[in-house]
Amino acid sequence: MFAYYLDLALRSFRSHPVLTGLMVLALGLGIGACMTTLTVFHVLSADPLPGRSQHLYQVQLDAGQLAYYRPGAEPEEQLTRFDAQALLAEAQAPQQAMMTGGQVILQGPDEQLEPRSSDVRYTSADFFAMFGLPFQYGGPWSAADDASHARQVVISRELNEAMFGGGNSVGKTLRVQDTEMRVVGVLGAWRLTPHFYDLNTGDYGQTEGLYLPFSTSRELELPRSGTMNCWGNEHIPDATAPNAPCVWIQYWVRLPDAGAVQRYRDYLNAYSERQRGAGRFERPPNVRLRNVPEWLAFKQVVPGDVRLQLWLALGFLVVCLTNTVGLLLAKCLRAAPQIGVRRALGASRRAIFAQFLVEALAIGLAGGLLGLLLAWLGLLGVRHNPASYAELARLDLPMLAAALAVSLLASLAAGLLPAWRAAQVAPALQLKSQ
Amino acid sequence: MSLHLGPIFKTLRRHKIAAGLIVLEVALSCAIICNAVFLIGQRLTGMEQPSGFAEQELVMLQVNAIRKEAKPEAATQRDLALLRALPGVLHATVTNQVPFGGSSNNGGVATSGEPGRPDTNAAWYLMGDDWLQTSGLRLIAGRDFLPEEYRDPSSLGADGLGGIPGIIVNRALAEKFFPGESAPGKVVYAGSDKPVKIVGVVERLGRIRPADEQFNGPAAVLLPLRPSYDMGVYLLRVAPAQRDAVIKAAKLALQQQGRHRMVEAPVSLTELRSRQYAQDRYMAWTLGIVCLVLLVVTALGIIGLANFWVRQRSRMIGTRRALGATRGQILRYFQLENLLLSALGIALGMVAAYAINLALMLNYQLPRLPLAYLPVGALALLALGQLAVLGPARRAAALPPVQVLRG
Repeated sequence: MFAYYLDLALRSFRSHPVLTGLMVLALGLGIGACMTTLTVFHVLSADPLPGRSQHLYQVQLDAGQLAYYRPGAEPEEQLTRFDAQALLAEAQAPQQAMMTGGQVILQGPDEQLEPRSSDVRYTSADFFAMFGLPFQYGGPWSAADDASHARQVVISRELNEAMFGGGNSVGKTLRVQDTEMRVVGVLGAWRLTPHFYDLNTGDYGQTEGLYLPFSTSRELELPRSGTMNCWGNEHIPDATAPNAPCVWIQYWVRLPDAGAVQRYRDYLNAYSERQRGAGRFERPPNVRLRNVPEWLAFKQVVPGDVRLQLWLALGFLVVCLTNTVGLLLAKCLRAAPQIGVRRALGASRRAIFAQFLVEALAIGLAGGLLGLLLAWLGLLGVRHNPASYAELARLDLPMLAAALAVSLLASLAAGLLPAWRAAQVAPALQLKSQ
Repeated sequence: MSLHLGPIFKTLRRHKIAAGLIVLEVALSCAIICNAVFLIGQRLTGMEQPSGFAEQELVMLQVNAIRKEAKPEAATQRDLALLRALPGVLHATVTNQVPFGGSSNNGGVATSGEPGRPDTNAAWYLMGDDWLQTSGLRLIAGRDFLPEEYRDPSSLGADGLGGIPGIIVNRALAEKFFPGESAPGKVVYAGSDKPVKIVGVVERLGRIRPADEQFNGPAAVLLPLRPSYDMGVYLLRVAPAQRDAVIKAAKLALQQQGRHRMVEAPVSLTELRSRQYAQDRYMAWTLGIVCLVLLVVTALGIIGLANFWVRQRSRMIGTRRALGATRGQILRYFQLENLLLSALGIALGMVAAYAINLALMLNYQLPRLPLAYLPVGALALLALGQLAVLGPARRAAALPPVQVLRG
């Protein structure tokens, strides 16, 4: 029966090519717009480290002044250098890392080459294992290297290509702000989207080109970047000094289960009390521990414009669907005489209903394919947009499947009402009126 | 002209679903278009916000140290002398931040030195000599800093910012702290419990990212602290006609100062502004295109259903024509029908537009939709409906009476 209905549908399309074309076009536009924005949303809200992110927690302490204290208020999102170094030294989590970002000028072994600037992450040894960075050659530096302010760097695959022409560059040297450093590791393919561990230095842009020990960065006073908040009325000659009342360090820990999270939270509260007892903290303990999904939701990292576009496209799809329902209805009613004949010849209501539903599905399929083509074009447009996430916007298999599902569901929804109306056509009346 | 509303209502009652669908489509389009046009307007006004700087004539130049310099302050003065001597350069200065630039510097300003005093967050501009002439900012009260009032940040003593001899504030801060009074001569507290005297007020000076003003307020201050080049950027005021030549010459001149520094490509402020608003421009275009396509889709829907109705009612039309109805009456019948449906859709659409706007206000810090947008959207959709129905209605009017009856 399905083949027969399909044949009827095709005949009907041939006899009303303009109307059919309009329906396919409207449905295609709606689905295309929806798939474009859904894909962008899907890419931007995806888990940056599947399987790992729910065990990684960002640490917040409240080291601010009592004078501006409001109970329950959100503490600073970053730590002071003092607190970060203290937590790192006490090492109460299975893995932990302190970090901040910067931009440095690099020179390769070849003096004649133009110096280049690169984003850098100053961090501590656990960073690589904790976030699961893949190594192509070599490996991370050790905690002992942190302690000795080692002149060692880990470089990204892209930087390795650009400075050394690729290959195993472990043991080679490069100059960071005119200080010679040795490459101990070369990363494999690695791009964090979003750059969740430090959203101050870009969210969906490129991930940094090199990594070196935080301790080394301070000894050499390498340039830092990102947000820094300071407080107090005292003059602060150097905001990066260990005791400066400034927050600028991100601190992440890995906590494998709920028990570990509770223990670490207790530890942070106890640490805050201890600092308060020592006169460093003025406020009562006020800690936060958020894992990556919670942190991304809290920071609303998916751009507002992307969410707005998604809603806009959904609204657009609804208009296109309403349009299709109307046109399908017109088409069904126009076919009323034929329906009357079919009914008089013995076709059941159910058969008529199925026939028109098949017709709607066929239109939906055509609209879906057109929509996919339009989404592909739309994403091409998105990749040319100025946002940092632009180049990430690509269709993947789940989105292709989703596009097909959306178009079939949409056409089913659009076809129900007209098919039902068609099934109501009475056989006798239609024949008589002819 | 007689309005035959009776028959129209009667016919529409027999096509409740189809009529309802047209009403729904017009309502949704109206609601979306009103809000989209409003959003476009918001983006465009944001993009046109003046910075107060003479943007057409300004070029930013950043130099990064590869090796830490023993006396960056001296190198900065040397660079500035070199830049000022270039043909086409009218003024040159060094500043910690420029509008639409990358990093910003903000801090608290207060009217009291007590701990726990309420702080007003302000953009902190550190300025070198010749800053006001270079930027083109206009003083509306008081005076510029005197040459002897400038300090090097590294030379600040234990008093810190308490040791600076004066501060310039923007109009927004002056009016907030001293409404109705003259601000010069008054004192404020900025990063210190020692007061500092206001020497001047500039008309317009904002955050480097204008969008930040929504959250942090419009206050800004200028401090007579010359940043060294590694803490800030050079700003050049150039004759517009020579801008491109100056950009090339300036980079070359600084590069010749030695290989211990990296000179970034100079950028004009117009270019920086364009980059800053690229996302807004993109969004405005997207919204505009969606509105257009939405109008086209709605029009196609109206045409499709109207065509169907004309064909379905061809017997009725033929009968009316045979009974003496003119072509004009048939035409007006369909136009009036569409007008009724559109009007109903628009009425519903306006309510929906307001509801969408409320949701946007909650989620995107948007202002309330001005009522003026509603009639604009209404007129656009009414016109669209009339235009869309014109073709089918003319076809109906052209139906010859006899033939139709015979068929």
